[in-house]
Amino acid sequence: MVTIIVNGTSHQVDVEDETPLLWVLREEIGLTGTKFGCGIAECGACTVHVNGQAVRSCSVPVKTVAGKQITTIEGLSANSSHPVQQAWLTEQVPQCGYCQSGQIMATVAFLKTNPNPSDADIDANLTNICRCGTYERLRRAVHRAAALMRS
Amino acid sequence: MTIHTTLSRRQFVVSTLTAAGGFALGVGTTSAEAASLSVRPWNDDTTHYPGEINAWVVIQPDDTVIIRYGRAEMGQGSFTALPQILAEELECDWQYVRPEYASANRNVRDNKVYGSLSTGGSRAVRETGVIVQQAGASARERLIAAAAKRWNVPATECEAAMSKITHKPSGRTFRFGELAAEAAAIKLDKEPALKHPDQYKFIGRRIARLDIPLKINGTAKYGIDLEVPGMVRAAVMKCPVFGGTLKSADESKIASRRGIIQVVKLKDAVAVVADRTWRAQAALKALPIEWEVGAAGATNSAQFRKAYLDALDQKGAEARHDGNVDGALAKAAKVIEATYDVPIIAHAPMEPLNAIAHVQADRVDVWVGTQNADLALTFGAQASGMKPENVYVHNTFSGGGFGRRLGPDEVAQAVAISKAVGKPVKLVWTREEEIRQGRYRTQAAIRFKAGFAADGTAVALEMRNSAGAANPAGVKDGIDPQTLQGLINAAYQLPNYRVISMLKNTHVPLGPWRAPGHSQNAFFMESFIDEMAHAAGKDPVQLRRQLLAHRPDFQQVLDVLVEKGDWGTPLPRGRGRGIAITEAYDSIVGMIVEVTVKGGQVKADRVVIACDCGTVVNPRGVETQLEGGMIYGLSAALFGNITIKDGRVEQGNFDTYPVVRFKDAPKTEVYISPTPGKRWGGVGEPGATVIQPALTNAIFAATGRRLRSLPVVGQDLNGAV
Repeated sequence: MVTIIVNGTSHQVDVEDETPLLWVLREEIGLTGTKFGCGIAECGACTVHVNGQAVRSCSVPVKTVAGKQITTIEGLSANSSHPVQQAWLTEQVPQCGYCQSGQIMATVAFLKTNPNPSDADIDANLTNICRCGTYERLRRAVHRAAALMRS
Repeated sequence: MTIHTTLSRRQFVVSTLTAAGGFALGVGTTSAEAASLSVRPWNDDTTHYPGEINAWVVIQPDDTVIIRYGRAEMGQGSFTALPQILAEELECDWQYVRPEYASANRNVRDNKVYGSLSTGGSRAVRETGVIVQQAGASARERLIAAAAKRWNVPATECEAAMSKITHKPSGRTFRFGELAAEAAAIKLDKEPALKHPDQYKFIGRRIARLDIPLKINGTAKYGIDLEVPGMVRAAVMKCPVFGGTLKSADESKIASRRGIIQVVKLKDAVAVVADRTWRAQAALKALPIEWEVGAAGATNSAQFRKAYLDALDQKGAEARHDGNVDGALAKAAKVIEATYDVPIIAHAPMEPLNAIAHVQADRVDVWVGTQNADLALTFGAQASGMKPENVYVHNTFSGGGFGRRLGPDEVAQAVAISKAVGKPVKLVWTREEEIRQGRYRTQAAIRFKAGFAADGTAVALEMRNSAGAANPAGVKDGIDPQTLQGLINAAYQLPNYRVISMLKNTHVPLGPWRAPGHSQNAFFMESFIDEMAHAAGKDPVQLRRQLLAHRPDFQQVLDVLVEKGDWGTPLPRGRGRGIAITEAYDSIVGMIVEVTVKGGQVKADRVVIACDCGTVVNPRGVETQLEGGMIYGLSAALFGNITIKDGRVEQGNFDTYPVVRFKDAPKTEVYISPTPGKRWGGVGEPGATVIQPALTNAIFAATGRRLRSLPVVGQDLNGAV
């Protein structure tokens, strides 16, 4: 039995200690906004925050995050009001959308460390994969979100 | 916020959940609320629906307009574009529009009322556009006729706008919702004419996509996200040597693991069924499995590459011949020759393939994000032994498709597993399974010969192509038009032109990869055209202009490219610019790529895209598809390489099958330059084609090194200037 705190709510889950956080979120708690893409922390579709830091939840054993604050896309804001989500909406970023929960969560964490990134900063620090190829719009949305958050 | 998806078995009510963040449209709506999509946009109970004007349009008493969508939504945006087209003719208020998937089951029962639900060939707008235009116009005229009848006035005195019919002389109005039931019973003497493009008010607008509000907060339901009561979960491994079969699997070795329910042995695969996906995946890894692989187990990539190149010397089948190529080459003042080839590549959509199947005594239900709901239904029928009319496919949002979801192998497996365990089963492929059990883009090779007159005019072009047919049923007399797309129908005009085809399939399963045929053939053709230009001492744009002199539409796209892409302006040493242009799916797309080659590493810095796709439904939709197609093709050109060893795929995940990330993605500009009056072309696929040769042409410009094979990464570019 492991206790984890997801989006401010405490959950006791009866799973093996090594169960990846991703599958606990999706199948024990029912939060399916966090996606399975690769299972080896390569693609970032499963990105969530643990104590404010972006992690790739497919490769995080649930035991290691017991008691920590976990935030998923569902917990980012009520009504999609987070500046990063608003920037995504304005720039009309998603195509298939499957990677975008992870892109948004990675961006939220990134902008905390770099509130005014250049394109080069974005390219060097955001490594999530988008197979639809939305990178150009993603960059624009990251800049827009950064501006919204500074203002 | 947690949304547990609970679905009853027989009745699927469209969720009323719509995401927050509606858009003010300014045009076509009276409200700041936009049309919206449900997170689960399907409704299977569509056969007798009150207010159904035709199979495409339902108008409810509260004016809600349900527009049926007869293709897949895998990111290309046509779940918005097709309703946008229909709404233009219907004259409805966009805020009332609620699109939903057309029912594949009804398509079976109702004599293909939706035509083909398959989503490939950039056909959603290109083919279904006119069908939904007619459906919208017909519904509008019937609403007008219903109003005229009620008022007892001539229909010509009535007008439809913003979901109301107005009697112009008296100013009286009815809402669409008040008339729908009567309109549904009216038969028109003849179908109304469609609007002239000059009359469009809503088509051509940069309206917001309906699915995006659901895709920024985790609410959109993909197949992998759904739950069915009583459902169990499965992981599968198919014989890694294509065509092989299962010999044995020792389930006793995993029987004691937590949550394991059953091991299901299929002819060519084995599935572990458990209470949780991760337990099933982990147990499958631990399961001892033996395969019967046969002779294919001794094959490898080097053999295949040699076989495709050797095939170029065979006689082959003549797929096109203008003039007299042999005569022209014999008389030519100069002849050049070059051989190109490309490896197998996989699709790797972000969402691994998955499906939920529930086989019951009298029906089969399948929930799946598929590009081909018709074929998913057929596969479901075959795998269950049920009649097609008793199979229900509930299409969901797809996390990418790119052609892979046209061949729903996951559906056949999920249905077989559900049948074996007697429960609803969610089957989720691992990424490794997705990479290793693809329906790949074919390996291909080509040999070009070009002849020039003494003054440098290109007079003959011959190509001998060896490639596999993704659709063997399309082969006739040794020729597969899809495999030869972009070669047999290239726009270039030369007096002597010949295409010879050597079809060659191996044990590797093939399928359509975004812009099948075109994707490798544009690389071949546009690279060799570049070589021809240099051989003739011409600028690559100049030669293309000469060979396309009969095509003013191509010329104007080239004009845009040259201007916006700074063609001909100098670049520093180590940088270069390449151009390529083609026509695919009724659209002309050209690109100029700027690269930097430094220390043997290639970086695409900037891509300028110009496109003539005819009438534009939604400019942003065109832009995003071209941008995305470009990145998809760039991944293939830079990295795409599936290799075979001992008959099986060596790669398995994004660590060994790399794709473009932020750091690889160029700055991109898109210029839409439609020829007035030209009907709409497809834009989902063409972007994936010309990026490949534009990139390698740019590498040639930067380094003097001509790349005649892909991928780029792994080839030696050091010291090449």
